[in-house]
Amino acid sequence: MKVLLRNPKREIEVPGGRSVNRLLDDLELSREAHLIIRNGTLVPGDTRLDDTDVIEVRPVISGG
Amino acid sequence: MTAQPSRCRSCKAPAVIDLPRHNANFCAEHLVQLCNRQMIKAIADFDMFSRADRLLVAVSGGKDSLAVWDMLIESGYQADGLYIGLGIGEYSEDSGGYVQRFAHERNLHLVTIDLREDYGYDVPTAAVATKRVPCSACGLSKRRLFDKAAVDGGYDAVVTGHNLDDEAAVLFGNTLRWEVDYLARQLPVLEARDGFPKKCKPLVRLTEREMAAYCLVRGIDYVVEECPMAAGNRHLGYKEALNAIEKQSPGSKSAFYLNFLSKMAPLLDGQSAAAQGEVGECERCGAPTTGDVCAFCRLVEKSGTHEAVPVEMVLKKHRRRH
Ligand code: SF4
Ligand SMILES: [Zn+2]
Ligand SMILES: [Zn+2]
Repeated sequence: MKVLLRNPKREIEVPGGRSVNRLLDDLELSREAHLIIRNGTLVPGDTRLDDTDVIEVRPVISGG
Repeated sequence: MTAQPSRCRSCKAPAVIDLPRHNANFCAEHLVQLCNRQMIKAIADFDMFSRADRLLVAVSGGKDSLAVWDMLIESGYQADGLYIGLGIGEYSEDSGGYVQRFAHERNLHLVTIDLREDYGYDVPTAAVATKRVPCSACGLSKRRLFDKAAVDGGYDAVVTGHNLDDEAAVLFGNTLRWEVDYLARQLPVLEARDGFPKKCKPLVRLTEREMAAYCLVRGIDYVVEECPMAAGNRHLGYKEALNAIEKQSPGSKSAFYLNFLSKMAPLLDGQSAAAQGEVGECERCGAPTTGDVCAFCRLVEKSGTHEAVPVEMVLKKHRRRH
């Protein structure tokens, strides 16, 4: 699946078949500091992601 | 065990978010309801304002300030927006655009101030002119202009989008150093005094993740990119530390901050050095100040006469320092 990351903006390819929480753990990203948007829709942590999904990992922490 | 998609605690529809601190999942509709209820509870618990009051919301184009503006309007409050163009390159252009579209689409009243056009400087120039970090000149400008706009416009309170993570991070920093003076003033409401307007933070019971999710499900477009000046900010480190604790023990962040308010803040009442000398009026702009000329007027004088500095120059300088 395609995974879009921010700061800096980039796109990586990751095999599907894992949950949202697992994906964040694998990318070493905090669950409290990110949301996962699958094919344009917000999804909770136990959602299973597929190879064909387009995923946006959106950071929610601001420093200003 | 086959994985069932998680369901909303309230209506059993498919959930869009898991909130470990509530030990529950929520659908879009009930996430919005939860956010509204938490905001209304904060407004009531801390005696912030009523629907008869005129509110001025400080909007930056980020998720928190647009969300609080949206929630206030949806709950029947009278709220106008105030946006300050800080002149931080592309970031300011983008964020101003989000704010304008938000206000326009909802037919809300937006007051706009532009530092360069109205005061002859911008944040990068002020940083160089004062030889301080950009956030220091930026914070001073925002505080003064929000106060002035609220007082001049006859508003009953200034509302900001500070959320639970922001407040917990500041509390963490102040506690690490036992800054009793700051701790005594770290409240979700500051009453009007000496020419300063009342200031309220209705989102203190809501996390950043909840506010970002609120914007997503409400279709609010906001600037996701960070202000380029925020890199290396000390508060970001505190937020990460608190989130690491939150992962081990959900609910820790809200206990840390909300129990501070209920248990510790009353003990600190009166500990703040409020009597920092007589508050008079600035001889140039009339703002409340303890000196002859207020800090903002001194900043305008220094920065307004300085040659304009592009944002890249300030960024390069900071990168070198890190
Ligand atoms: S990060 Fe600093 S410079 Fe940027 S908007 Fe916030 S206070 Fe201003
Ligand atoms: Zn529901
Ligand atoms: Zn002044």
